[in-house]
Amino acid sequence: MALEKITQVAGKAVFVPGNDIDTDRIIPARFMKCVTFDGLGEFLFFDVRHTPEGVPTGHPIDKPEHKGAKILLSGANFGCGSSREHAPQAIHKAGFRAIVAENFAEIFFGNSTTLGIPCVNASREDIAKVAAAIEKNPSLEVVVDVEKLEVRFGGESIKVTQRDSARDALVNGRWDAIGELLDGKPQVLETAAKLPYLAPAA
Amino acid sequence: MSAQPKSLFQKVWEAHSVRKLANGQTQLLIGTHLIHEVTSPQAFGMLRDLGLKVLMPHRTFATVDHIVPTNELVEPYKDPLAQAMMDELRKNCAQFGVTFFDRATGKQGIVHIVGPEQGITQPGTTIACGDSHTSTHGAFGAIAFGIGTSQVRDVLATQTMALAPLKVRRIEVNGKLRPGVYAKDVILHIIRLTGVNGGTGYAYEYAGSTFDGFTMEERMTVCNMSIEGGARVGYVNPDETTFAYLKGRPYSPKGAAWDEAVARWKAYASDPGCHYDDVMKIDAADIAPTVTWGINPGQGISINETIPDPAKATSADEKAGIEEALAYMKLPAGAPIKGTKINVAFLGSCTNGRLSDFREVAKFIKGKKVAPGVRAIAVPGSQIVALQCEKEGIDKVLAEAGFEWRAAGCSMCLAMNPDKLIGDELCASSSNRNFKGRQGSITGRTVLMSPVMVAAAAVTGQVADAREVFSVN
Repeated sequence: MALEKITQVAGKAVFVPGNDIDTDRIIPARFMKCVTFDGLGEFLFFDVRHTPEGVPTGHPIDKPEHKGAKILLSGANFGCGSSREHAPQAIHKAGFRAIVAENFAEIFFGNSTTLGIPCVNASREDIAKVAAAIEKNPSLEVVVDVEKLEVRFGGESIKVTQRDSARDALVNGRWDAIGELLDGKPQVLETAAKLPYLAPAA
Repeated sequence: MSAQPKSLFQKVWEAHSVRKLANGQTQLLIGTHLIHEVTSPQAFGMLRDLGLKVLMPHRTFATVDHIVPTNELVEPYKDPLAQAMMDELRKNCAQFGVTFFDRATGKQGIVHIVGPEQGITQPGTTIACGDSHTSTHGAFGAIAFGIGTSQVRDVLATQTMALAPLKVRRIEVNGKLRPGVYAKDVILHIIRLTGVNGGTGYAYEYAGSTFDGFTMEERMTVCNMSIEGGARVGYVNPDETTFAYLKGRPYSPKGAAWDEAVARWKAYASDPGCHYDDVMKIDAADIAPTVTWGINPGQGISINETIPDPAKATSADEKAGIEEALAYMKLPAGAPIKGTKINVAFLGSCTNGRLSDFREVAKFIKGKKVAPGVRAIAVPGSQIVALQCEKEGIDKVLAEAGFEWRAAGCSMCLAMNPDKLIGDELCASSSNRNFKGRQGSITGRTVLMSPVMVAAAAVTGQVADAREVFSVN
């Protein structure tokens, strides 16, 4: 299965401030009553973007100047909580193709990588620099360079980090492991044969 | 014993490692795959698109829990979306040959209660499920991962997933818990100490004399909430308590196979002197009944403490965190948490919806009444838990006290079903998450606590110290 080599993501960026932004906030559970991921994009951050009465709150991603943003900036422990892939799916379907945060919750990070969404870590100070630049000029092109591990914006750049295995998978176009996992079937059966609990019931 | 002492995590990981993948991750064999209606339909859809089958249908088990209405047993359900998810799971299980513990089997329930109950959850195994509370199964000395839907697809199609090994932190709790302090308080206390992301990158090995003395249900309660502290995996080494629980369960080995299995299971326990990446020690006597005051499970205090004051925060981050939480929770800084008025009491969930939870509550609530104006519901974690409670008359005791006794499901823990908070109701809840909007109302408020503390809150109408309310000493 040939996958796109994701070496960099370039586009407008939007800053959603806050720490511990959990997956219930990214996509509230009631929107998971579905049997496909279609249409989840419009429910991204839904309860933060609307009052209980349904009035838009002026959330950063709804601001006209940030329309079409491809890069999401946020704080620490982004994506904590539930394992729902609906969260990165909603982010992807809303048009985002990369996330820059101080750090990420474990399961969310894995889910995003598998969807080909690079999640890179930056210091709070550096994220604030990018946020300040896009505040000044929302159309500014921001480049998340996964290969060089930096984020470039308006002549400036910041260093970012990413787990080696994720970076390798993205830049070499093997972020979705299914093809490689399927290829390992003979070894899978060999390993399984050594584990008595996997034998079909007699 | 091998020359190099190893942890259980390391042994189970090695036994299930298939090969190294190109990006350096391991292709890890997942021996047991548990699925449910919310995170599996898209995965089955992907299998169809790719023309793939389920590699080991006999190692894949399904139940329905998140969306089932707990007050409606007859289909079609009033909510057509819930019915569609139910139908989809039924269809997928039939088409791909997966065992489904449907409601008609009498074995349905929350996935993390069904696995252990059926004896499917066993020591020395790997388990995956598209739900972050899969760490529950670690109570048996299994390595159990919460996964996303693409990984559900991977495990369905290949019985493996791509993963990097975790570091291991041993969390030792020693001594006897004080009266009125429960396993739930132990995990809320741990998360309070580590914060909600202190466990990122770790598997937790829970150990020490407190865990040695715990029942399987108590161990499950602690392992269940590992993810709330950021740890994807939490486990307890298997021992005689584990084996006694598993003996005679439907999927447990029988006869000679049982003895062989026990010998194998014992060998998976961590070797003395093995390496841990980190060790944390807690004195059981330091743990008090603990409740949350904020919007994540790390924001907890003992029942006799006061609500944090942002003015006393030690960092700008902490200050902002407290302010955001108090604004949402509508709680006054610096006031005692005890006495906070509640509107709803919820007993249930994969954290605290087991037989021992209801038995303990029934023991104290017998003869007492839920305070006027409080909506109280008790939701067994499985049909088997429900039946046993009904045999013991626990349902009656709870009903007489004013709790509504429901059918098995996730219910108000995440409100993907009709059980929801309304407006800014405040819920005393035995569940696992107090995130904004978690219980179904975007202004709803959750205070996490042990089941007995929920009972105390229900009868007094406020967050209360169960030890005082029920004269525990």
